Amino acid sequence: MTKVSSKNKQWLSGNEAIARGAWEAGVTVASGYPGTPSTEILENLSSYKDVYTEWAPNEKVALEVGMGASFAGARVLVTMKHVGLNVAADPLFTASYTGVRGGIVIITADDPEMHSSQNEQDNRHYACAAKLPMLEPSDPAEALAMLKQAFAISEEFDTPVLLRTTTRVAHVKGLVATGKRKMGPVPVAVEKAPAKFVMLPANARMRRRAIAERMVRLAAFVETFAANRIDQGDRKIGFITGGISYLYVKEAFPKAVVLKIATTWPLPVNLIRDFASQVDEVIIVEELDPFLETHIKAAGIACTGKAKIPAMGELNPFIVKKALGQPTGEIFAPVDIPPRPPNMCPGCPHRGLFYNLGKYDVFIAGDIGCYTLGFLPPLSAMDSCVCMGASIGVAHGMDKALGEAARGRTVAVIGDSTFIHSGITGLINMVYNKSMSTVIILDNRTTAMTGHQANPASGSTLMGEPANAIDLAELCRAIGVKHVRTVNPHDIKACKKVLTEEIDRPEPSVIISQAPCVLLPEERKRPKTPLSIFVDNCTGCGTCVHLGCPAMSWVPLTPAEAKKLGKKEKQKGYARISAEMCNDCGQCLAVCKFKAIGKAEGTK
Amino acid sequence: MKPSGNILFCGVGGQGILLASEITAFALLECGLDAKKSEVHGMAQRGGSVVAHLRFGKKVFSPLIDPGQADFLVAFETMEAVRYLPFLHQASRVIVNTHQIAPPAVATGKMIYPADLLSHLTSRGIAVYPLDGFGIARAAGEIRTANLVLVGALSTFLPVEEEVFLEVLKKRIPRKLEENIAAFKEGRKITA
Ligand SMILES: Cc1ncc(C[n+]2csc(CCOP(=O)(O)OP(=O)(O)O)c2C)c(N)n1
Ligand code: SF4
Ligand code: SF4
Repeated sequence: MTKVSSKNKQWLSGNEAIARGAWEAGVTVASGYPGTPSTEILENLSSYKDVYTEWAPNEKVALEVGMGASFAGARVLVTMKHVGLNVAADPLFTASYTGVRGGIVIITADDPEMHSSQNEQDNRHYACAAKLPMLEPSDPAEALAMLKQAFAISEEFDTPVLLRTTTRVAHVKGLVATGKRKMGPVPVAVEKAPAKFVMLPANARMRRRAIAERMVRLAAFVETFAANRIDQGDRKIGFITGGISYLYVKEAFPKAVVLKIATTWPLPVNLIRDFASQVDEVIIVEELDPFLETHIKAAGIACTGKAKIPAMGELNPFIVKKALGQPTGEIFAPVDIPPRPPNMCPGCPHRGLFYNLGKYDVFIAGDIGCYTLGFLPPLSAMDSCVCMGASIGVAHGMDKALGEAARGRTVAVIGDSTFIHSGITGLINMVYNKSMSTVIILDNRTTAMTGHQANPASGSTLMGEPANAIDLAELCRAIGVKHVRTVNPHDIKACKKVLTEEIDRPEPSVIISQAPCVLLPEERKRPKTPLSIFVDNCTGCGTCVHLGCPAMSWVPLTPAEAKKLGKKEKQKGYARISAEMCNDCGQCLAVCKFKAIGKAEGTK
Repeated sequence: MKPSGNILFCGVGGQGILLASEITAFALLECGLDAKKSEVHGMAQRGGSVVAHLRFGKKVFSPLIDPGQADFLVAFETMEAVRYLPFLHQASRVIVNTHQIAPPAVATGKMIYPADLLSHLTSRGIAVYPLDGFGIARAAGEIRTANLVLVGALSTFLPVEEEVFLEVLKKRIPRKLEENIAAFKEGRKITA
């Protein structure tokens, strides 16, 4: 958090603003599961005093924890990325029935354009489907202010509230007015309320009616909610928009009249109808699905939306202008240059495992994490990736489809955090229903992909306390896996032997590939001796370069240059290692057959 | 100098573009301007191409710079400067670290790192200020200050006094302040 001296405001990202807002709103319990672009909310909130924060093993658990804390009267923040809400959807739909004691706000951080996600689902539909109010801020300042309003709404209307951000709200920095902490109105206590909290059919039917009444009250409330507002202007086109799209409209059409919708659900239908009657034409600007458009049209209000505005990917002012036929000027065409996709770090333990695995004729059911990068060349060792935990089910399903021919043909690859998130039940199924598949758990002691959060196998908590670290091998044995082997992925040869044995085994087996992520603080501190190439011995076979380590590169040679170096003219080049980047994992050394790689001088 | 503008920072994940864009934003804010900055975190951090948008003015709405609207491009790597050409216009100024990092296809020998990349910019009339960020930083006493050399080169074009930048550095740089200031000043000389 950073104070800007010239104004009484702070320069915060949307996520930092939400953390600050939660603290100001008197939140005392917060739970979530990491996921871009939501992760920094809890990371920030954990640095505030008087707030209990935790990483749950998955989003469903996080929301259930949130409900319990709310039932006890606490104000609660629950955070997740858009796909996380799918995992939490089961408690979500019934949390709508139980309602709350202390306010609950659930952050759903959506990722239009899929900057770091496997799909770009539009979570506004959840609000409508689960009959919950949803608010959408446009920038960090609004995120803080709306979060506080959301808690008041939650308690006043006895409902969890969804607050939806997108990448360009969560990861945008702007000036934010901050305030003091003020605790919520509900006393913390055990107060039993079975008719409200025990959702068996008789009670649920009663609560179903309570929801209907609540939605009627909310529909009236949003009509005069001040954050639903009109920016006056030229009335030829009246824009209706919300969230980040509002800012794009203001930038593209600064003079137009704009109805800014803060309550995505329920919609202020009368306000919208009134607005529409005062302008020549209504244009709806929203990212992704025609959510506002569909519901506004359903109310019998004429408008244009997705007929002009793209329904895929992010918008920006340029796209909005172009879609509405405004001049945008000439744009320089892109230059055709080599792409620069992300890559696993130098010395990443995952790389060694994939290097080996790519050599087997198996279907590699992959999962989500840093290791998904094993899909990219030169490793190219992943054949499917669906959602967190899916690898194990996919491998087992394929195993069953192949029948007798399945032996030695399917492998699931899953990270430690992902395994705990939603892989364990898949493994139980594999044992119970007698799979021949092999599960490889890539245990790097952390949730690396989202920025190294601790998880139940890491031995510490979000608040920095030591904690139990699950013994993954014992867990798998307890499930009933008879063959559980632990390997060091940097030891290419030993690892290969174990892979061959376990992949061929006509029973379920688990290989735990165990070595820490190189970006963990302990690993960073470990003294390292970079490796280097003995150019004289390098035959240019390219084996080491095909590990794809960013510390290694290829120096091309012309026949004349090769000859000058005393090599065969047909040698196309040789490998090189950057001493600054090498993390001394030894994988390249292990794959070189020509004694061309060794330790360089000195330790770093 | 215009009191509003769009600055695009680009480079390779891990090169420190966030600190550079943060320092620049603070300096603009100190002058009483409004600003918004957009970053993408997540997968892009692992050696991929990364970009941050910084917009400033009396009042800033969109956090994103439109194609063709970046007044300044601060590129931490040569090829990355060219990747973001569609964001530039003819009067854009490009400050580019002449450092080259091979992307995977180049490192594995599948493609070559194109030669003479900056001509794609100069041939379109764009003003390019190439500088050896690491060389200058090393001479300033700390190789990790290359990002401040770039910020220094950018700073002469912004409506911010040098003193304001120096104040910001004093407040925001936890270690090796002198080396960072030296790097910043060397950067300024390049565009002054
Ligand atoms: C339901 C859901 N929640 C969160 C995410 C975001 N996410 C992607 S991978 C990942 C965790 C990866 O950790 P791990 O399995 O340990 O692999 P590592 O990155 O450490 O290699 C997370 C949290 C997601 N894609 N889906
Ligand atoms: S962050 Fe860790 S797990 Fe991810 S690529 Fe780097 S070393 Fe591998
Ligand atoms: S030892 Fe080899 S594979 Fe490992 S980080 Fe260094 S160069 Fe890369």
